[in-house]
Amino acid sequence: MKQMKQVLIVLVVSLFCIEMQAQRLLSKEGKVRFFSSAPLEDIEATNDAVAAIIDLSSGKVQVSMFIKNFEFKKALMQEHFNENYMESEKFPKSTFTGTIDNFSSYDFTKEGTYEVTITGKLTIHGVETENTLPVSIQVNKKVLTAKSVFIVKTADYKIEIPALVRDNIAKEVEVTVEVPFTMK
Amino acid sequence: MRKYYVLLIVLFNHNISQGQDIDDLMNEIAGKDLYETTATFKSTHVVTGHSVELMKKGQLDFRIAHRFGQLNSGYYNLWGLDEAHIHFGFDLGVMDWLMVGIGRGTYEKTYDGLLKFKLTKQREGENSFPISISILNTMSANTLHLYKPGKEYLTDRLSYAHQVLVARKFNDRFSFQLAPSYVHKNIVPTELDPNDTFSVGLGGRFKLSKRVSVNMEYYYVVPPVNDFRSLETYNPLSIGFDIETGGHVFQVFLSNSVAMIEKGFITETTGNWLDGGVHIGFNVSRVFSLY
Repeated sequence: MKQMKQVLIVLVVSLFCIEMQAQRLLSKEGKVRFFSSAPLEDIEATNDAVAAIIDLSSGKVQVSMFIKNFEFKKALMQEHFNENYMESEKFPKSTFTGTIDNFSSYDFTKEGTYEVTITGKLTIHGVETENTLPVSIQVNKKVLTAKSVFIVKTADYKIEIPALVRDNIAKEVEVTVEVPFTMK
Repeated sequence: MRKYYVLLIVLFNHNISQGQDIDDLMNEIAGKDLYETTATFKSTHVVTGHSVELMKKGQLDFRIAHRFGQLNSGYYNLWGLDEAHIHFGFDLGVMDWLMVGIGRGTYEKTYDGLLKFKLTKQREGENSFPISISILNTMSANTLHLYKPGKEYLTDRLSYAHQVLVARKFNDRFSFQLAPSYVHKNIVPTELDPNDTFSVGLGGRFKLSKRVSVNMEYYYVVPPVNDFRSLETYNPLSIGFDIETGGHVFQVFLSNSVAMIEKGFITETTGNWLDGGVHIGFNVSRVFSLY
């Protein structure tokens, strides 16, 4: 009898784990674009190899990207971005880890668009900050798409802008994130 | 019995171990160029000579190099500032691995052209490789009025310089370059002057801050077999600063050579550092994005 009970527990735990597994959505096709406008120059770059995981059983979200994968129109700008501002050899990745606020009040199995906020830790240039980001989650039959637009202040992440190029580089950068997750 | 439970758990839950985490995804994203070393040198030149760097595809570098007169020419000549030699050049990155350039210099009224190829790049990670290698081929034509008896051919005015540029970025601050070089002149002033000159260039840069570096360049010129040349020459040595400001790189330095192309500064440097035969130099490089 005791053995039966144990087997049962193992089976239940196993099923539960398989269930959890099914509710994790993964993507490698996320896009992150940033844009800033300064008196002399607009700066724009896109990274279309962004990894992300969303767990639909707990509301946990993870996003991660390589700084070197940001592509600029001007190769020199890209070099300076990596060398002088982001120091991408020292800090190769930028990440976000967070949880959807009031997760239990949403049902992402139904099609529709959900405006949510995600609170978590955003790490850029090795500096971690606590942020709440507005995210719109769109669910249709095959794809769950998460989109977010937010402002990043370079000073918050210890990204130095020397006086010499102050007119070329904005202090606030608009970041747009879009991640499509294919549903299983 | 407990063993079987473990086995059961493993069997049922092998999915869990297969479940990828964010780092697995990141490893799949990481391409090979992610680990390529960038910016071994700030520009395509160390000081006067070339560095291992090429312009990227579609980028045009407009470079104006200035060399003033000799410091030891004294107050009368404002320590050389009364006199200036220039060289300007356009270097275009045709492909990421090919740079083509043309230029013109005051020294011997010379036109020059260059081809620079990137052979391999220093890489970290799986297929790591410790050094970057580029090849430089240049040709130059002196267009001075020569008063030479007899018929003159264009080929008489041509010189060639070839270099293998081998560099390593040791860390964020320090990069070092070795450049075995070969210079050939079709015609030399006298029979005693060598047509072929071999040399080895040493170049280094040390970053003082994110935008300022100290650069040094020295060419050891293998002495020719006979030393009765028409010109007394010295090995070129240049020391200076690179100051980067967004799209411009400024270089301010001291050098004992006047010529700003390989054929000139490797084989025809007449200034002697030891008695103040050095020149203040000033280069500006501006990069444009063409395509």
